[in-house]
Amino acid sequence: MNWAQYFSPEQFYINYIADDRFVTYILGGLKTTLLITFFAVLLGIALGFLVGTVRSTYDKTGRLKILNGICRVYLSIIRGTPVVVQLMIMYYFIFATPDASKVVIAILSFGINSGAYVAEIFRSGIMSIDQGQFEAGRSLGFNYRQTIWYIILPQAVKNVLPALCNEFIALLKETSVSGFIALQDLTKGGDIIRSRTYNPALPLLTVALVYWIVVTFLTAMVGRMEQRLRKNEKR
Amino acid sequence: MADTKKEIKTGEPLIEVKGLCKSFYGNEVLKDITTTIKKGEVVFVVGPSGSGKSTFLRCLNLLEQPTGGEILFEGTNILDKGVDVDKLRRKMGMVFQQFNLFPHMSILKNMTLAPVKLLGVPEAEANKEAEALLERIGLLEKRDAYPGQLSGGQKQRIAIVRALMMKPDVMLFDEPTSALDPEMVGEVLTVMRELAQEHMTMIVVTHEMGFAREVADRVMFLDGGDFVEEAPPGEFFTNPRSERLRSFLSKVL
Repeated sequence: MNWAQYFSPEQFYINYIADDRFVTYILGGLKTTLLITFFAVLLGIALGFLVGTVRSTYDKTGRLKILNGICRVYLSIIRGTPVVVQLMIMYYFIFATPDASKVVIAILSFGINSGAYVAEIFRSGIMSIDQGQFEAGRSLGFNYRQTIWYIILPQAVKNVLPALCNEFIALLKETSVSGFIALQDLTKGGDIIRSRTYNPALPLLTVALVYWIVVTFLTAMVGRMEQRLRKNEKR
Repeated sequence: MADTKKEIKTGEPLIEVKGLCKSFYGNEVLKDITTTIKKGEVVFVVGPSGSGKSTFLRCLNLLEQPTGGEILFEGTNILDKGVDVDKLRRKMGMVFQQFNLFPHMSILKNMTLAPVKLLGVPEAEANKEAEALLERIGLLEKRDAYPGQLSGGQKQRIAIVRALMMKPDVMLFDEPTSALDPEMVGEVLTVMRELAQEHMTMIVVTHEMGFAREVADRVMFLDGGDFVEEAPPGEFFTNPRSERLRSFLSKVL
């Protein structure tokens, strides 16, 4: 087998230029991938914040027992099953209608999935704050909610920010299973080119390279943010 | 220093503790403690570690939930259901062994957060009050610093004035100098001494016997959860009645 045949100038032409394939499938797919990731991240933060707060409130005070139970079921289901299965159930079973937007379903699925992981990150952040901070807040007269809001969360969020960002970078890669509901994200886009040009190398390697560039860029940003946080560390 | 305009009527009971009990999982930490703290009184609580003195203090503002007895604060039994514990705690300042300043806030913010959010004091006014208190303890130049930039002694002095910002009726001190390097103990005791001279009601859990002797109106001795005896400091240190106190004093003096 001669791998060089896949990288000839004609191959570049038919995989990238012909039918605007690079623009339609690679750039268009990337746009969809970023769109899904972005809104899934927002949903994941909102859900994870709520669930994480409920869970740590239960851990700390024993209150919200029923809500905590519901949250645990949610965490168990989401973390105990593959995200691609969740996505397919969402699309084929729960929404089971051709009118539903695939992008919206993907955002919901990945957001709900990410929320479970974010929740545990938030919870660990809240639990990592010294009990003395709670007591200082309560002894000044703040109630539980105010103490969490003014005193615990700002410190907890700062502590978990890097872990949170890494979770979102992982999410970006996880959206690559969107093709299972025939959604044209970056991965599916590359796969479509492959199926049209019969070139198993160029389109898929291109897809990999684009993911790598985006992930490396984001990772570098997180690294810089971590450094900045450490510099601000005034403890 | 707290609120010099406040009229101090010494002698009226501020906190009445009746038969206070506390156990953790069947382990009795406080056994039937009864005492009265009067307005303007400075009460020191001493005893060996594990004697329950910190637990006693923490029961007074319900950081620990007592398992029995009554605590009357300004006439209300704070263990009654329906008592707003959060409101009550605003009147009881607390200073911790580990300072517990909020590391993500500047010193000024540490001090003004509670009065602004809880008492509705306008921020400018709270800032002014905070600066006046900082000036009194000689730390005005630290107003924009963060807790991590301060020494232990400075942190603890800030913690004291932070509690004073709520204009409490009583100040609870839980081993305020135990986490300090020896050379920093003095500066914290100076602030506490000034407070006592201004007739702030104070309850102090400490191992600083010399300070207790100097500042206290009354010293309570707890041992193994029992309230063994209490006396004015002169009598307490020179003429202990019980064998348990004698043996304790012989170890610490």
